[in-house]
Amino acid sequence: MHDDPAVSIEHVSKAFGRGATAVHVLHDVSVTIGRREFFTLLGPSGCGKTTLLRLIAGFETADSGLIRIDGADVTDAPPFRRPVNTVFQNYALFPHMTVEQNVGFALEEQGLPRDQIRRRAGEALEMVRMQSFAQRRPAELSGGQQQRVALARALAPRPKVLLLDEPLSALDLKLRKEMQIELKQLQSEAGITFIFVTHDQEEALTLSDRVAVMQSGRILQMGPPRSIYEAPTHRFVADFIGDINLIEGEALASGGIRLPGGATLPGPAAAPGRVTLAVRPERAKIVPAGSGVIDATLVHSAFLGTAMLHKLTLPDGASFLIREADLSAPMPERGGTVGLSLPVEALQVLQA
Amino acid sequence: MNLRRFPATREVSIAVLAFLYIPVVVLTAYSFNANRTATVWTHASFDWYARILTNPSIQAATWNSIVLATAASIAATGIALMAALATRRAFPGRSTTESVLNLPLILPEIVVAVATLLLFVSLGISLGLGAMILAHTAFCIPFAYLPIRARLDGLSGSYEEAAQDLYANRFRTFRRVTMPLLWPGVMAGFTLAFVTSLDDFLTSFFLSGPGTTTLPVYIFSAIRAGITPEINAISTVMLLISILLVSLSFFLGRLRR
Amino acid sequence: MTSSATVRRGLLLLPALAIILLLIGLPLGLMGWVSLLQKGGSSGVDWSAPPSIGNYLRLVWEEDFDGTMILNPTYLVIFLRSVAQAAVTTFLCLCLGLPVALWMAGLSKTGRNVMLLLITIPFWTNLLVRNYAWLIILREDGWTARAVNAVWPFGPVQLLYNDVAVAIGLTYSFLPFMILPLYSVFEKFDWRLIEAAHDLGATRRRALKRVVLPLVMPGIVAGSLLVFIPCLGAFVTPALLGGGKTAMLGNVIQAQFGSARNWPFGAAVSVVLLAIMLVVMTAMALWRNRRAAA
Ligand SMILES: Nc1ncnc2c1ncn2[C@@H]1O[C@H](COP(=O)(O)OP(=O)(O)O)[C@@H](O)[C@H]1O
Ligand SMILES: [Mg+2]
Repeated sequence: MHDDPAVSIEHVSKAFGRGATAVHVLHDVSVTIGRREFFTLLGPSGCGKTTLLRLIAGFETADSGLIRIDGADVTDAPPFRRPVNTVFQNYALFPHMTVEQNVGFALEEQGLPRDQIRRRAGEALEMVRMQSFAQRRPAELSGGQQQRVALARALAPRPKVLLLDEPLSALDLKLRKEMQIELKQLQSEAGITFIFVTHDQEEALTLSDRVAVMQSGRILQMGPPRSIYEAPTHRFVADFIGDINLIEGEALASGGIRLPGGATLPGPAAAPGRVTLAVRPERAKIVPAGSGVIDATLVHSAFLGTAMLHKLTLPDGASFLIREADLSAPMPERGGTVGLSLPVEALQVLQA
Repeated sequence: MNLRRFPATREVSIAVLAFLYIPVVVLTAYSFNANRTATVWTHASFDWYARILTNPSIQAATWNSIVLATAASIAATGIALMAALATRRAFPGRSTTESVLNLPLILPEIVVAVATLLLFVSLGISLGLGAMILAHTAFCIPFAYLPIRARLDGLSGSYEEAAQDLYANRFRTFRRVTMPLLWPGVMAGFTLAFVTSLDDFLTSFFLSGPGTTTLPVYIFSAIRAGITPEINAISTVMLLISILLVSLSFFLGRLRR
Repeated sequence: MTSSATVRRGLLLLPALAIILLLIGLPLGLMGWVSLLQKGGSSGVDWSAPPSIGNYLRLVWEEDFDGTMILNPTYLVIFLRSVAQAAVTTFLCLCLGLPVALWMAGLSKTGRNVMLLLITIPFWTNLLVRNYAWLIILREDGWTARAVNAVWPFGPVQLLYNDVAVAIGLTYSFLPFMILPLYSVFEKFDWRLIEAAHDLGATRRRALKRVVLPLVMPGIVAGSLLVFIPCLGAFVTPALLGGGKTAMLGNVIQAQFGSARNWPFGAAVSVVLLAIMLVVMTAMALWRNRRAAA
């Protein structure tokens, strides 16, 4: 039993409403989340992240499929019988209780003796550096402080899994960055599985051990941040995460891919027919005209501080971005023709 | 030019406030007039207040009114609380249910009062306190229901989800989270139901049996018999009690939103 | 929705629905039946009488001594007076309520709350007592009457026991019912729309007519309904401030269930009152639906 994953979701589907007006929110979703993993559900608003999280917490019941926590089937268990705790998006701190009473809430429900409740609530508050606010009411705290209390409250009962639904979205940018670092530290210290929901790709890449990118109730791609970033498998994933260039080409039966303008690349491998290639702006380079795989027109250059950003137009009219980190590289002339160098290993063949 | 200011609205508003409150002030002033003829101002006195305190009919009527209002508003508040919890989330037939619950608000009271009289008499239910408590409970339900529903609607469902997430079962969630947060609404509803029952005249007028006259019914028959300074005094007391209770409920309704 | 949730909801709703249906729905149904019966017996109703619409006919016609039916205007007049009083009161409440609601909406938050409380208080205080206060103000030997008579050139006037006194009393009783819904509309009103109207060349008066009025119409309709319906069934105000010749439907009902002791006829008058109410409310609902569809 010890090797059971923290959470496993097997073929879960969920719709709201019935009959013709039903909204299908999750389609046959399967995920396995390991122990002590920082797992992030990433996707645009409305793609079903919150719904999936609420299914794990037990606030919604799945129409079909199975949910296991620590190996135990909890598909039909009510929220108060699941060893998971939630950090709510709007915190949901009980306004009629003090910070300490909020943090001690679960411990009291678990029937712990009073002195232990006090001690463990104190420890949890210490973890988020809020001990000195124990006797305040939630209304007397700032947004960031409420956020910490919400974290302490969810951590106090030492859940097996912590669920966080866009916990940082209500904070301003600076506080948000600080909290990201703290969250990551807390997770490794507490040794708890985190399932984190966000629509912010940068946040997802920074924090996570593994990211699942969702669209319209499906998980499109799952993996470590680096592979999601560097090797997106879907056009949607490529588009959603960072800047990306898309090149429409044609895979040849003889192998190789024909690019706009006629040049042929030896790879990557793809089934014959029209293909979309993706390449990150920092993986392409400008070379003298004629010496790259394609020639393109330079439309515009901008200085970004740490890099130069060049905007090109390809022979088929598509635009192409290049981020040049080497500021000493020769500056091409605006309006002129330049060559484009594309390393084959940086090219990714996308599914629609 | 301030778009929100319209000419003469301020003057009309002040006139309307005067219109609403001058009768109350006049009545109160007369209740302190020592002169029995009530039109000639002699000097201020508490004589009439002293006199209503010792008038046995008024004492009995006051007692009946208090018992009636307490019983009816407690029953109505309990029933309305259950109904408010049941109608919190959407379900097929919710709007019909709400219309039924608010029926007493739209029906002309005199019609409901005589219809209830008709029912009780034809069923052989004797008129009096019991009959009045039943009828008052029915028409107090929406007065208790509306503030509780308003409070519930303003209450985010995530508090209860958070409680369940933190291992409180349904009953514990209700006791530790829902009820404490709902309490001001329940108190506001109870107060409004109490005031409504205390002030009711028509229903009690038709359903009170011998010896179970309520204060408003007593006042009505006293007015019919002729204006006396005692009526002024007891009316003033009734007004003050309502004003106090309504203000209380107003502040409860606004508590910690 | 699981079935256990449905059962729980049903149990929670049971007491409220049972009480209202048994103590309001059932009596109204019974009254409809009784309105078709005849008076008699110790309880005032002859339960064995064959149902007939005689009581309704009696509202308009009466049997002459030789058996022919002749028009009896007594109840028609009372009916028309009730509708007229209700209409006049609604109009007066609208004239007074609109400026007040408009003014309140422009106040600071505290000012609005104070006004809201001041308008709400009369709404909750004893109707009987408040009408009694007018009885004191308007009575014959009171100072108001003396002051009016001192300046009135056409001989002594009586302020009390006439239609005017009833209209004053009704307006006083139901004014908050008009102000509150109007206020709730103005409170949510987006005042930039007026700026937009001005920007598009509308004068102040035209902006009021073309922008404010249409948006405020639902509040006006709601308030009018809330004033008109209770006015129609008013009993206390005409009983205290009106004279014998200014009775309204409510007084007729009370008299039939009281001194006259003709319950079936009283029930018929009540049914008529309910019917008018139903017609008015249906008309409003239709208007609202048409508006929503537009
Ligand atoms: N209780 C509900 N009833 C009906 N539709 C819902 C409900 N909850 C969520 N939805 C719908 O499900 C979809 C996914 O919602 P959600 O899981 O909240 O998305 P996300 O958290 O990714 O923004 C949305 O289209 C939303 O409108
Ligand atoms: Mg969400």
